This record gives sequence, C-alpha cells and structure tokens, in this order.
Amino acid sequence: MGRRQALYSLGLGLGAVLTVRPALASPEELEAAMKAFAAGATVTQGRIQLDVAQLVDNGNAVPLGVSVQSPMTLQDHVTEIALFNEKNPQREIALFTLGPMSGVARVSTRIRLATTQTLVAMARMNDGSVWSASADVFVTLAACIETDSDG
Amino acid sequence: MAESSARTLISLPRAIRRGEVIEIKTLIAHPMETGYRPGADGVILPRDLIRTFTCHFDSGKLRVPVFSAQLFPAIAANPYLAFPMRVLDSGKLILNWRGDQGFEKTEILDLVITG
Repeated sequence: MGRRQALYSLGLGLGAVLTVRPALASPEELEAAMKAFAAGATVTQGRIQLDVAQLVDNGNAVPLGVSVQSPMTLQDHVTEIALFNEKNPQREIALFTLGPMSGVARVSTRIRLATTQTLVAMARMNDGSVWSASADVFVTLAACIETDSDG
Repeated sequence: MAESSARTLISLPRAIRRGEVIEIKTLIAHPMETGYRPGADGVILPRDLIRTFTCHFDSGKLRVPVFSAQLFPAIAANPYLAFPMRVLDSGKLILNWRGDQGFEKTEILDLVITG
C-alpha cells in the first residue's frame, strides 16, 4: 500500500500530493534570525520552557506553548518572546510582546511545520538579557504540501 | 477596508478575582495563506496572513497594552493565541487583528471582577 493509499485508508482524504516544496533552509539562516533578535546581547540557554510534542503526525496545526521563568513585576519582566524554526520557508514563527500586565510569561498557539526540525524560543528581559531554548520535533505529515488541506 | 466578518471565539474565565492572572484564549477564522503554496491549478496562491494581533485593557481612565503578537506564515490557519493577564480592575478588553489585503477585525469584551 502506497503512502497516499495509506492516508486515504486512515480517512484523512487529503488532496493530490504536489511536487512543489520549498527548498530546505540552511542552519545559518536560523542562526542569523536568532542573532537579529539578540541584537548584540549575549544569548544564555535557560529560563524558557517549550511545550511541544516530540512526535507530530500532522504538521498543519501543532500546539506549541512557551513559558519563561520571570516574576513579571515592573522591575523584572519579559518584554518579548520570539519563536523560530529551522526548516519552514521562513525562519520566523511569531513575536510576542508582554509586560508586567501579563502576570506570568506564558503564551500558547498552533503552528505549521513543513518537516522534522528544531524549534527555538528566545526571550528578552527588561534588563536587556536574552535567553533561549530549543526543541526537536519529528513530523510525519508535513504542512504546506497538500493542496486541499488547510496548510 | 471595512471591518471583516471573520468569526472569532474568545474565552475568559467565568469568575475572576482581583489580582488573579487569567488566561485569555482567542481564535479567529482565517486561512493564513502562506504565499508559498500552489493552488489546484499549480499557481502560487497570493499571501493572505493576519500579521498582527493586539490586546489592550481599558479601565475607563486608561488604555494599556496587555499583549501583542506578530504572526508569520508558520502560524496555523484559524490563528489561536492564548496569553495571560493580571486583572486589577474591571474594564474592557479590546482585541484587534490586522493583516494582508486590508484585513481588520476588532472585538470588545467586558472584563468583570466577580469576587
């Protein structure tokens, strides 16, 4: 049984598989995007938790949560959280702006993943420090290659 | 362009205590067409994205930003965003989505401290 037949038999009923697929991005592009966000600050690993499944069977809508350890007071809070990917057509996923009004630094969304890849979250604090964390996600059905899906 | 008729779903907790940090969950019906994907005829579909989302709180005296987001093609169709807010006063929440092709949608909700 072919892949397509297998999909139909699973009841997914997706449209014709297209051959057009964006060229896979280089890791340098991800580094450049991270560097642009850091804007000269030293990037330290830690303080961030990325909540995403390690194994994703549909890349069209992948639940993703990001939280940053911070008291979120006027004196000490997260100002920005950025999400990046390694192999979608564009490195940026989203940029969130938070502040003391947030109370906690935690945001959830749903993203598209074109293929198995690494995700990166970065956070900027009001003192200017920049933090990062990454997560590897294995994708079995990619977003963006099926015509009739919503990806 | 005129206000979009896109459907939205916004969820707030039923009971809110003063000082509590709540989670505001939002969903808006939108294709988030990436601009990288060919249609049935093989021609690339034009990009149609929601680019920005903002949430402001208006206490009646002061309007302050709570949260904002810049969205890119990697955000799934029908963008879902859940974000926190520390509630110190009752007031109004003003949610605004803007995007390509003149897309704009605003929702205004009452935020009421119940206890």
